[in-house]
Amino acid sequence: MAKHEYAFYPGCSSQKGASASNYLTSVESMCKTLDVKLTEIPDWNCCGASIGYAEAGELPRHVMNARNFALSEQHMPGKEIVATCAACWLGARETRERLTHSDTLMADTKEALKEAGLTINEMPEIRHMVEVLIEDIGFDEMKKHVKKPLEGVKIAGYVGCQTNRPFGVAGESFENPMYLDMMVDMVGATPIPEYDMKVTCCGGALAFSEPEKAQAQIKDIIESAYDHGAEMIVTPCPLCQANVEIYQGQINKTYGTKFNIPVMYYSQLMVVAYGGSAKDAALNGQLIRARRLEEIAAK
Amino acid sequence: MADMKVAAYICKGCGLGERLDADALVKVAQKDGKVPMAKTHDFLCSTDGVAMIRNDIANEGVTHIMIGACSRRAKTEAFYFPENAVARANLREGVIWIRPDTEEARETTQEMAEDYIRMGCAEIKAMAAPAGNPNTGSSKTLLVVGGGVTGMTTAIEASKTGYPVVLVEKTGELGGMAGKLYKRIPVHEPYKSPADTGVADLVSQVMADSNIKVYLNATVAKTDGAPGRFVVDIATESGATHTEDIGAIVQASGFTLYDMNKLPELGGGQSPNVVDQLGLEALAKAAAAGDGVIRRPSDNQPVKSVVFVQCAGQRDPSGTHLAYCSGYCCNASIKQAMYFKDANPSVDTTIIYTDLRTPGNGEDFYRSAQEKGVIFTKGRVGQVVPSGNTSTVKFHDLILDDKDAAVADVDLVVLATGQVPNSGVDIFAAPKEAVEGEVEVKPISILNLNYRQGSDVPQLKQGFTDSHFICFPYETRRTGIYTAGPVRRPMDIAQAREDATGAALKAIQALENAELGRAAHPRSGDLSFPKVRLEGCTQCKRCTVECPFGAIDEDEKRFPVFNESRCRRCGTCMGACPVRVISFENYSVNTVGAQVKAVDIPDEFSEKPRILILACENDAYPALDMAGMNHNEYSAFVRIIPIRCLGSVNTIWVTDALNAGYDGVMMMGCKSGDEYQCHFVKGSELGRVRMSKIDDTLKTLNLESQRVRDLEVAITDIERVPEMINKYVEELVAIGPSPFKGF
Amino acid sequence: MSANTAMAEKYRNSFLKEIEEQVEMGDWVKMCMQCGVCSGSCPTNFQSAWEHPPQELFMMIRAGKREEVLTTSSMWNCTSCYNCIVRCPRKLPITHIMHGIAEYAHRLGLAPKMQPTRFFSGLFWKNATQTGRVNELKLSMGLYFRNGFSAGVKEGMKMKDVALGLMKAKRLNPFEILGGHKCRDQKGIQAMLKKAYEIERSRKAAKMAG
Repeated sequence: MAKHEYAFYPGCSSQKGASASNYLTSVESMCKTLDVKLTEIPDWNCCGASIGYAEAGELPRHVMNARNFALSEQHMPGKEIVATCAACWLGARETRERLTHSDTLMADTKEALKEAGLTINEMPEIRHMVEVLIEDIGFDEMKKHVKKPLEGVKIAGYVGCQTNRPFGVAGESFENPMYLDMMVDMVGATPIPEYDMKVTCCGGALAFSEPEKAQAQIKDIIESAYDHGAEMIVTPCPLCQANVEIYQGQINKTYGTKFNIPVMYYSQLMVVAYGGSAKDAALNGQLIRARRLEEIAAK
Repeated sequence: MADMKVAAYICKGCGLGERLDADALVKVAQKDGKVPMAKTHDFLCSTDGVAMIRNDIANEGVTHIMIGACSRRAKTEAFYFPENAVARANLREGVIWIRPDTEEARETTQEMAEDYIRMGCAEIKAMAAPAGNPNTGSSKTLLVVGGGVTGMTTAIEASKTGYPVVLVEKTGELGGMAGKLYKRIPVHEPYKSPADTGVADLVSQVMADSNIKVYLNATVAKTDGAPGRFVVDIATESGATHTEDIGAIVQASGFTLYDMNKLPELGGGQSPNVVDQLGLEALAKAAAAGDGVIRRPSDNQPVKSVVFVQCAGQRDPSGTHLAYCSGYCCNASIKQAMYFKDANPSVDTTIIYTDLRTPGNGEDFYRSAQEKGVIFTKGRVGQVVPSGNTSTVKFHDLILDDKDAAVADVDLVVLATGQVPNSGVDIFAAPKEAVEGEVEVKPISILNLNYRQGSDVPQLKQGFTDSHFICFPYETRRTGIYTAGPVRRPMDIAQAREDATGAALKAIQALENAELGRAAHPRSGDLSFPKVRLEGCTQCKRCTVECPFGAIDEDEKRFPVFNESRCRRCGTCMGACPVRVISFENYSVNTVGAQVKAVDIPDEFSEKPRILILACENDAYPALDMAGMNHNEYSAFVRIIPIRCLGSVNTIWVTDALNAGYDGVMMMGCKSGDEYQCHFVKGSELGRVRMSKIDDTLKTLNLESQRVRDLEVAITDIERVPEMINKYVEELVAIGPSPFKGF
Repeated sequence: MSANTAMAEKYRNSFLKEIEEQVEMGDWVKMCMQCGVCSGSCPTNFQSAWEHPPQELFMMIRAGKREEVLTTSSMWNCTSCYNCIVRCPRKLPITHIMHGIAEYAHRLGLAPKMQPTRFFSGLFWKNATQTGRVNELKLSMGLYFRNGFSAGVKEGMKMKDVALGLMKAKRLNPFEILGGHKCRDQKGIQAMLKKAYEIERSRKAAKMAG
């Protein structure tokens, strides 16, 4: 039996061939090292994400998340649900808070769930993967597995929005959370705690609908990373990762910049530091290759 | 003075013995100070050291004691000899702690200490032990003027403490403004709804208290005397006058709402449906007595829509209306909006404000009003236009920057007009020129003081009577007379009750001090008082005019009449007196003058300038002491003399110093003017006015204007003061030595 | 009578009340104390994208400016960064209120038709709920082709490099167009959502009826 077991909610973007598939690959490798067992919730569905608001309404949105709770309870009663995606975690956690605080909403939700032949008896705990790492495993344990410290690699910790607000990681401030810097430090790389764009919004879904607005923000996020001497950016959020990485070419065209900075997941850094291969860390999933990490992984 | 015997004691503790040559200091005391009985002690403030002094007093007949040790602000309990005159030479904070402990500094440090010993010896010989005021009154009765919440609370609190109270109320019933309210702003958890005013309870407490004598429909016709012996005539409606012996007075004369008729553009006086806050209280009271529905005055229809206009005639920068914020009106409007919402949530209530100010737990109250559906709109109301039974409120919406915003069909408009203090006559007001056709309304005196300086307590700002809001709230510039409640500054009921309690305690202190002949603060307990040599007086009236506390009256021949228990012992009269006939037993033109002259002035070739510093004992001297405690070094060329107040500085000291060859004189006093910090309110200002004329003196002496420097010092200037001293010394070195040296 | 007309007539006297009853978290609007921290914390407001930032919208609601509030594109600029929520001293769930007002405007058909985020938001929800999971390719295509085929090709071409890069990194699968990821119990999901909409509609109607 693994040391830590959870019900796993990977979310749409982590699926095979989707935008954050590299995240999932690296998380799987990381969990193997840390003896964490993730069991996917069977037939899980989309959390609705915050951007669905025009059509979602209140109840349908919560019902979507509640279906996942019900499935988790049915197949893995009592297990905490772990999400790797910031939006999935936020959406599920918000539903949990709202249902817990409103009997009416809870009753309505149960009534709707009945249509899918499901029900909820107990509210599950909703955890983000970084919470699991920090709170359940701990920095000391995480550090023990480091075989190849990422020495000399300067990394800007970009926390972004939804892993940070409105819930955030316990004990961290909204304005200047430190855990990502601590993780960078833990893998032996050099953090940049004074990186002043660490909680700036990447534009979220506006990157699709109004790219010029989102890209104006992404530009600031990258520029500040360069200004602080970062070689790469690390983030815990799939949309942050995608937005900050994939539009660099377009931003360069618009603003005349020469951005070409890799944007990684914390899990990728950990897998490389733990001695995993480039493939284990899904380094091939980067649009902008993280050469330094590839070199370390190849050593 | 026949039996004066002086002894000098030099302490060697706290490093003094190591840093200074104590034996040399003894020799200075004996030779220059002419005090043959001079001793050292290793630890003077110890039981043994103090016993040595006591022994000398008992067995050697020592009457005057000069202690060369620490600052006069330190070890006051050890060096407490109430029967004797005591002078202190500040060798610790004033010398060794502000000088570097180096070999090359040793000589100038020792010179500094020797001068302070010379000065101490000179001072002690010019002093006498204060004997106390024989002219004391002993009335323990408190007069409270005003029967509102403040007055009643003062009376109840004083009575509970055991002091009899005479309460004078000009109307026929107790309660004041609060008595006219339907409800008050809540002061208890959960701060969500208007609460009972509590006035009825206060009234019954006052009426049931046999220790409180209440005069209704009465005014104060005349107040004579001083703390402990006021004689107050109380005029009643029937025409009878009652005379009461009073120890101290609390004036709780309250406020009047700013007259909304002065705001016609806001509908004031233009329609019965535009009321001030008191007008709404009356409507709410009438409603509560009836069916609970607040009705529109014009036609008695239920109010369905009400708008509250905040800051009406307040915070006005143009000078036309009140310049200040009354502080309570936002909460009051919130409370009044709740009168409507609590009775009927469908009544539209809008509060139009520029800045919503809800201090204390008012924030919870504000939130509660929001929960109840009161609409808060940030805007500035420009015009209220009544028409028929409704009005239109036109305003500039400050959030949406909509200059033409308006609320139409408003049944009732409430103007939050703010508090105007009932302060009586402004005794410093310039006499108004009579305008033809205009009937001048003379303000009515509240206290009718039979004082030379006027019939009421002085006003500070905007007609309020407060005198020293930082250090001494409730204090007025008339000793033994305190003001409390909205006459002091704008406030609500909760604050007024706190004020009342504080003022009652201050008044009790004042009358107890008066009986013992002791000064009130800031020289609490001081037994010295001004003595005047009337045969030298020229009846110039400077003392009677300048006394910040109106302590000095004039007799028929225009000679000053000192009312010692009104006196705060600041010495402003002494500084003002051109013929120097006013003095205190332990502080006089001589005690300071002798010190000025005692300093050894090196000749012009020595490159050792001498600078006299006259430092106010309230702020500057403690700041200098603290600079010493922090070892913030300053020049060894200065000689510092503590003074009671800049107001007590007699120009003779300055001219004497310049004539004696000092290179400069620096005066350190508290900030004066509107934002004054002076503990005697006007002392530093008067001192500065006097010193502004010193330039003429400098010219006649052919001296540079830099030779006299006035410096404002606050008690927190612990780092700044040494810097300023050093800068001044550099400046004086640059202009060269005084030409008066060696004469 | 359109939904909008019905609402406008019902709540004639109080737009604030309408918002309180019909908008998610709308009952918080009255608690705003107009400090403006939300407006100063909004990333897209920094780009002057908001005609009326949140603080102003709250004021407009209280001032009864129904038409202006419901037709503005302002709240569609929300990126769901939640900065306003965590900074609001009065703890107003501002992000949710913005979404709520937007949803209401959309429900009444008053939201600006050409607002791209409004379009994308609806597209996203449909995409996610159709099969239970998001199909990123179809989502992007749907967005680019919102203005017809040729405009879609043009917009798609702009994103060509991005798409090729993602495909190379195996983070975009061209075969998703043929079906892609989906939930097994799609029928259950549809039934469940249908019921949820029904309940929500009836709750709001009940509030309106008072």
